[in-house]
Amino acid sequence: MELGFTTAAYVVAAVLFILALGGLSGQESAKRAVWYGIVGMALAVFATLAGPGSGYWFLSLILIAGGGLIGYQLATRVQMTQMPELVAAMHSLVGLAAVFVGFNAHIELARVMAMDTDAKAVLEGFAALLSKKTSVEIAILRVELFLGVFIGAITFTGSVIAYGKLAGKVTSAATKLPGGHMLNAAAAAISVLCLIWYFNTGGILPLVIMTAAALFIGYHLIMGIGGADMPVVVSMLNSYSGWAAAAIGFSLGNDLLIVTGALVGSSGAILSYIMCKAMNRHFVSVILGGFGGPQGPAAAIEGEQIAIDSDGVAAALNDADSVIIIPGYGMAVAQAQQSVSELTRKLRAKGKNVRFAIHPVAGRLPGHMNVLLAEAKVPYDIVLEMDEINEDFPDTDVAIVIGSNDIVNPAAQDDPNSPIAGMPVLECWKAKQVFVSKRGQGTGYSGIENPLFFKENTRMFYGDAKASIDSLLPKID
Amino acid sequence: MKIGTPKEIFEGEARVAMTPDSALQLQKLGHECLIEAGAGLAAGFTDAAYEAAGVKVVKTAATLWKNADVIAKVRPPSETEAKRLTADKTLISFFYPASNEALLELCKSKSASVIAMDMVPRISRAQKMDALSSMANIAGYRAVIEAGNNFGRFFTGQVTAAGKVPPAKVLVVGAGVAGLAAIGTATSLGAITYAFDVRPEVAEQIESMGAEFVFLEFEQNQDSGATGGYAAPSSPEFQEKQLAKFRELAPDIDIVITTALIPNRAAPILWTKDMVEAMKPGSVIVDLAAERGGNCELTKADEKIVTDNGVTIVGYTDFPSRMATQSSTLYSTNIRHMMTDLTPEKDGVMVHNMEDDVIRGATVTHAGEITFPPPPPKVQAIASAPKKEKPKELTPEEKKAKEIAAFKSETKRQVTLIGVGAVLLLAVGLVAPASFMQHFIVFVLAVFVGFQVIWNVAHSLHTPLMAITNAISSIIILGALLQIGSGSYLVILLSALSVFMAGVNIFGGFLVTRRMLAMFQKS
Repeated sequence: MELGFTTAAYVVAAVLFILALGGLSGQESAKRAVWYGIVGMALAVFATLAGPGSGYWFLSLILIAGGGLIGYQLATRVQMTQMPELVAAMHSLVGLAAVFVGFNAHIELARVMAMDTDAKAVLEGFAALLSKKTSVEIAILRVELFLGVFIGAITFTGSVIAYGKLAGKVTSAATKLPGGHMLNAAAAAISVLCLIWYFNTGGILPLVIMTAAALFIGYHLIMGIGGADMPVVVSMLNSYSGWAAAAIGFSLGNDLLIVTGALVGSSGAILSYIMCKAMNRHFVSVILGGFGGPQGPAAAIEGEQIAIDSDGVAAALNDADSVIIIPGYGMAVAQAQQSVSELTRKLRAKGKNVRFAIHPVAGRLPGHMNVLLAEAKVPYDIVLEMDEINEDFPDTDVAIVIGSNDIVNPAAQDDPNSPIAGMPVLECWKAKQVFVSKRGQGTGYSGIENPLFFKENTRMFYGDAKASIDSLLPKID
Repeated sequence: MKIGTPKEIFEGEARVAMTPDSALQLQKLGHECLIEAGAGLAAGFTDAAYEAAGVKVVKTAATLWKNADVIAKVRPPSETEAKRLTADKTLISFFYPASNEALLELCKSKSASVIAMDMVPRISRAQKMDALSSMANIAGYRAVIEAGNNFGRFFTGQVTAAGKVPPAKVLVVGAGVAGLAAIGTATSLGAITYAFDVRPEVAEQIESMGAEFVFLEFEQNQDSGATGGYAAPSSPEFQEKQLAKFRELAPDIDIVITTALIPNRAAPILWTKDMVEAMKPGSVIVDLAAERGGNCELTKADEKIVTDNGVTIVGYTDFPSRMATQSSTLYSTNIRHMMTDLTPEKDGVMVHNMEDDVIRGATVTHAGEITFPPPPPKVQAIASAPKKEKPKELTPEEKKAKEIAAFKSETKRQVTLIGVGAVLLLAVGLVAPASFMQHFIVFVLAVFVGFQVIWNVAHSLHTPLMAITNAISSIIILGALLQIGSGSYLVILLSALSVFMAGVNIFGGFLVTRRMLAMFQKS
């Protein structure tokens, strides 16, 4: 088929992708938007198969179908609490594919360059495209290809480690090899040297060395980042997978790859920015791991943590008119979302105003809590963002904190020496009563003592979140 | 210790400082209780009831004063009574030491201990013995009842077959304990209630009782934290404004209840003659400050008068005594709590601990010395209201200037960004070949569109966003599809693997996005 058709199909596909992302501005339009994305992707694949330059299309279809079957299995079986793992795992596939495609481009380039003019004339497809390039274009192509492989390799190992951390297969604590960031810097320096080498010679060796270095960077960088920073990591990897696709698009001269890669890349970048802002931390400090900078002594906390049993909590809930629930990663870990939903339903049936307050970095994935609550059939119009609900706490009778810690830490506002000073937090302590459902007396991910637990209007409701909420249910009447 | 309560000798006083119930509690502290015959009769407590509670009924006052170690009563002692005190006796009663200097001297000369129930400091710990509050509560309630008694209409508005009845409008001046009690009673009877106080921080309390706070715009508002929760005298300018406000309200109001008192001073005049004249006939004024001269200019203490224009002014000073059973119960409980603090070991031995804030504050004579006025309590009664930084009101010009400045800086920022971007693009364009620039333009535009679109994505949909971008990023499959057809077996193998992995991603990503979005349900 004609090249014109392929290009037209690409334009339509690009527009459909933009609409798919734009449609996510609202819950209802999002349901339509997914179809735009699906149609766009189908169109792009079909146009490429039908268009010039591709061969073995039967084999390709079988491979897509086989991959699709596995994808279908994964997508239908995954638990909503495992979403972060799934997303990370899928990023790794994109990263690896980018590396492969980049290597292919290199091999093809080497093959075409070795041919004489007559042999070049009979080439078709991608090879034909390569054969027409001038030397400057080939130099640029090498840089593009090199970048694509570099980003793809980092995305691959980074996503694998992120998957391991989220799935609990790798320790979620921040661990570094001796040498720390010097190792990363050395690997990056090697990559830059390889780029110059490759730019000048075009041999495969620098490409391989660089790939090894990039794989190492991806591994070591993500190993050094703790579990609670995963929202930033996952969205960063999301961004990288996009940039890798864009870089490959440049080297293949394919505009749709470039457009889509840029869309995905900017989307991930914005998500990372939002997450970092919600934690009041710089992107660099999150990526380099841990809490940096010297800190003064944290303000001492006075008072004691007072425990309460389920009868007390149930009594307070029965008396309350307005309730705000603040879920965190702990709720996901304990799989308590169904119980929380049931509690919400019971309280709402009694005419109480029950709402959810979601901090942007609650959970391990941007929007993680929203998805969990949606799965448990909590209506999305009572699930509110931090900015929407923070002012309502003083008028609230009961705030229930389930498995979150740092995002409700008043030290962020009161104590300038606190490591999280300045981070926006949910001001739940302004409610008349606060119940904190927590496994034990430990500190949160950041290891910071939480003065909320010592406040006069706070009661600690110790125990597994699911068991605790379940014990409340029969007592609400 | 023997605790005795004589019959009140003050004309018309019906209260009694000990009830059968409080006597039982006092006995639990190890004390013995005595009462003068007939002391509780006016409050509805018979001698038989006292005897049943284990109280020894004494025939005459003289015997009682002689036998009891602690004398608990309501009103300040008369001269005769005070002369019966001796060095080993303790008197607990209202005393008003500031206006009863001669009496104070007399008690001192007898070197008796006197605990004035009206001097109990206003701190949280002492609330249970704060007799002023418990009496004020009753007075506030009773004031509304008295007003209703003299008011010819319903409090609540009604629409009946026989016509429409407008609700009564009640103004309560002074939102202390009595004022708040009056507000609560008036609103529960159905009246439209307004309330005024010089302390702006009580607005919340007023509104919580169901009344509307009459707001007075004035710069220097009082902070009552420094005066232990009581009102302080206000400046002349403030008073003038306040009176102007009342004058404006007077024609509309049916019932006025004034409760404004300033500690150790005559009551301020808040309801002047011309305001009374402006009121409708049939209106009622109840002046709870009558004993201290009254908040209304025309109030006559202990009397009910009707003015020429038909306004009834109630100036009774014995509201608690008019509800003697209730007030005796509460007052005797206050006394009992005071005794609990005075007998820390519950063994019937009284310890007059002058280090204790509450006991020290309430004691006016002790061991032959006058201990009034007490030093300020160590604990402040009410935390001072935090000084609020008022955001500076901007004039329209300043606002405009600020907006223009913001607009300018925004423009400057954008122009700089565009400029830098353009220069960078040009620089790239100078060295890069045209074929690269074509793709580069597409790339830059796509990034731009991406940024514009993604900012609008709802926060709650960030996880679906990640899943769908994940699915879309498998567009890398196009690269693999283009390569699979050409060249060596290694290329074909790698391409095939890439196609396979991208296939997993496409289906997995879109399906999981759909699954997630389907879960978002509206309530």
